[in-house]
Amino acid sequence: MIFDPSLNIVTLVSIGEHPLSGRPRRAEQDARALELGLKLVADNLQVLYIGQAKSPATVSVLKDYLGMGLGQIQVLDVPPQADISNTLLENFKANCPDIILTGGRAENGESSGMIPYLLAEQLNIPIVTSITDIVSIDMLTGLAEVLQALPRGQRRKIKVSLPFVASVDMAAPAPRQSAYGCAMRGQLVVKDFNQSIDDVGQRHWQVNSAQMRPKRLKIVKAKTAADRFKAATAKIQGGSGKVIYDSKESAQEIFKLLRDEEML
Amino acid sequence: MSFAEFLPQLLPILILLGLVLAVIGALRRILLWRQGQESTIHWAGLFSIPQRYLVDLHHVVASDKYISNTHVATAGGFVLTALLVILIYLFDVATNILNYALLASSGLMFVGAVFVLMRRINPPPNLSLGPWSRLPYSLLIFSSSFFVLTLPASGLLPIDSGSWLLAILLVVGIIWGVGEMFFGLTWGGPMKHAFAGALHLGLHRRQDRFGGGRSTGLISIDLEKDKLGVEKPEDFKWSQLLSFDACVECGRCEKACPAFAAGQPLNPKKIIQDMVVGMAGGNTAKFAGSAYPGVELGSHKGGAVIPIVDVLLEANTLWSCTTCRACVQECPMMIEHVDAIVDMRRFETMEKGKTPGKGAEVLDNLNTTDNPNGHAPSSRMNWAADQNLAVFGSDVDRADVLLWIGDAAFDMRNQRTLRAMITLLRAAKVDFAVLGDCECDSGDLARRLGDEATFQRLAKTNIATMSQFEFKHIVTADPHAFHCLKNEYADFGGHYDVYHHTGFFADLVKNGKIKLNTNNAISLTYHDPCYLGRYNGEYDAPRYLLEAMGINVKEMERSKSKSRCCGGGGGAAVTDIPGKQRIPDMRMDDANSTGAEIVAVACPGCSQMLEGVVEPRPQVKDIAELMLDALCEEVV
Repeated sequence: MIFDPSLNIVTLVSIGEHPLSGRPRRAEQDARALELGLKLVADNLQVLYIGQAKSPATVSVLKDYLGMGLGQIQVLDVPPQADISNTLLENFKANCPDIILTGGRAENGESSGMIPYLLAEQLNIPIVTSITDIVSIDMLTGLAEVLQALPRGQRRKIKVSLPFVASVDMAAPAPRQSAYGCAMRGQLVVKDFNQSIDDVGQRHWQVNSAQMRPKRLKIVKAKTAADRFKAATAKIQGGSGKVIYDSKESAQEIFKLLRDEEML
Repeated sequence: MSFAEFLPQLLPILILLGLVLAVIGALRRILLWRQGQESTIHWAGLFSIPQRYLVDLHHVVASDKYISNTHVATAGGFVLTALLVILIYLFDVATNILNYALLASSGLMFVGAVFVLMRRINPPPNLSLGPWSRLPYSLLIFSSSFFVLTLPASGLLPIDSGSWLLAILLVVGIIWGVGEMFFGLTWGGPMKHAFAGALHLGLHRRQDRFGGGRSTGLISIDLEKDKLGVEKPEDFKWSQLLSFDACVECGRCEKACPAFAAGQPLNPKKIIQDMVVGMAGGNTAKFAGSAYPGVELGSHKGGAVIPIVDVLLEANTLWSCTTCRACVQECPMMIEHVDAIVDMRRFETMEKGKTPGKGAEVLDNLNTTDNPNGHAPSSRMNWAADQNLAVFGSDVDRADVLLWIGDAAFDMRNQRTLRAMITLLRAAKVDFAVLGDCECDSGDLARRLGDEATFQRLAKTNIATMSQFEFKHIVTADPHAFHCLKNEYADFGGHYDVYHHTGFFADLVKNGKIKLNTNNAISLTYHDPCYLGRYNGEYDAPRYLLEAMGINVKEMERSKSKSRCCGGGGGAAVTDIPGKQRIPDMRMDDANSTGAEIVAVACPGCSQMLEGVVEPRPQVKDIAELMLDALCEEVV
């Protein structure tokens, strides 16, 4: 624990899904968010799950999270049709934590990645995305310094005022191992959440399984090791993009690109 | 009062004092053992102590003839001498025959003790010094004192020969001798090994090990318990604490341990001595043997209720073990080092979540994909796309043989072995089928990494899958899966007739179902996999097959039960604890010294580890691959 234990930090966790086997597991980003929370306030971390508490997959995965050394996880039991973000909002309105840590997006379901944004918007607090660490928190000024992950291993230091929402990036330190003994002894504190709000929009949705998108072939242009190293590490130089408003002009531009790529 | 009158008065007091102290010490020691957890007490085993000593223990000791003969003389002489001393000098039953018998027994013990002393003139590094260097002198003093004392009584010397000087010398000698041999027997001197060792032989936790039996499967634990695995010395079973006290610090385990030789921080002898320190309390500074490589001696302390890891020893010590069982095989006192190490690993993994290296990742993969490298479970049969295999469930419901593929399915090197096996099975017209994508990892790796929960889940899943189908035997090319299926699934209701492919093919060759070309003049050596050899006693079938191909095996110095691990067992390849050199490199040096051009292996783990050694080196080939090369195709 490196910070004031009175700091109220909540980590939201979800049920992940292994990309190859499809089995439920700790969601990779959520587990990193949990790891970060444990690093910051250890036992004082609050962990919250919202979903169907009774499903066996939920219980087994929440136990995996408990195995990281948690005493308990708060579970808000809501029906499948509930709107998670609004229900969470109801939960936080009365008592907003200092920091809400989440993953970037869920590994299954809607997987829209909107939860942190919606929460921040509705609670009217700032959001920092893709963080890897919280470096310091000044309780006097109410400012926290966080590290944000940028492509190619770069980091940006951001100052943000408490309270805030932060989504944790895959570049954050890997979560600790889940220990079976702790997992078995940890408690799931289930609360029936009566005020859950149905997701009205979802009612009329039709769900199809996603289709694999075609991948662009990677052509290695670098001739030397130094070139490859540069390609892997150098900052992308922006500036080549332009904003075109005229529809004819933009069509022309797309046509030119397809030509260049030898697709026409 | 002359010394002739003085001695007979003093002697019974001294002997009685020694015996009483020994009994008090014994009770104290028993209380130490009772700090451990409950486990079955095999009372009947106590009656088998002499037989187990003479047969099982001596079978191990006799691999070094010098010390086995020395021990027979010294220990036999001591037991007889002690009994006669008690009879003659305590109970005053003095007949001439007894006196002569005492002369003979103490003489025998003296001769033995001289050889013990000679052994310690230039002691090899595996022997402990300290109190153990004192022991030969104590043996000499004990035996010579009673020898000289008995000379007048036997009539070989006049009764009042000698002088006060001799009498004082005798008294000093007897005090020293009785002190070491009676008092030290139970108060923690080197002679403790005789007391604890005898009880340990009788009450051994694995009674099946004796009388030519074998008991090598890890013992399962109840996952509902409040504490999983061993955190503190008191968490061991009492019988394990007793076994630690039986150690004679002979260092045979140290000589056989591949991790010690590779400079990793493990010495099986020191682990056992550390457990003794933990049980009795104290620090490790008094240990007079080799330290864990790279760890300073005496910087640790322990107690029965003090956690072991980080206080008594470093976690890396536990994770260096390859579970190759060489130490257990070599131990004359039948101590189970691997059981103790896995017990402590269980706590590290299941309670602390601190499996080092890639351990956590591998265990996660096993839980989400049923294979250690996280491949898609649905790709398990991809390797056999061109093999047209019968799959249980989708093609057949019964077959003579269930071919267990194992995780070699995902490894391109070992897929070659699998293909060879399938061609051979087809050549022998064996009716076989595979489990296909329903097969899971056997759980070997998870269990050795201390994750009993994952092992039990995998074992139960596999047993449930196999229970749906009908087959007579299981055949596998993986000795680890072989061991689990054969010896460790029984606890969960899986009883199978399991063959390693070498054993199965040996039967087929004997029955003429497979015909092998006999003119293979290959220069070849064979590497015994631990889990096939030491764990399951199969040394002959692989050699029979090689000879059936006309190959004259050039044996390595460390072969059969003394074979050295490839370094891949027990999750050691996953935890990857650094040392001074790599175990597979050492093993390849062993192979190189035979001048062989091919190292024959019989385990996918061994082939991976040994092929990881940089060239130039002998080629590594599985016996199935060699057989395929030598297969006589029948012309149709």
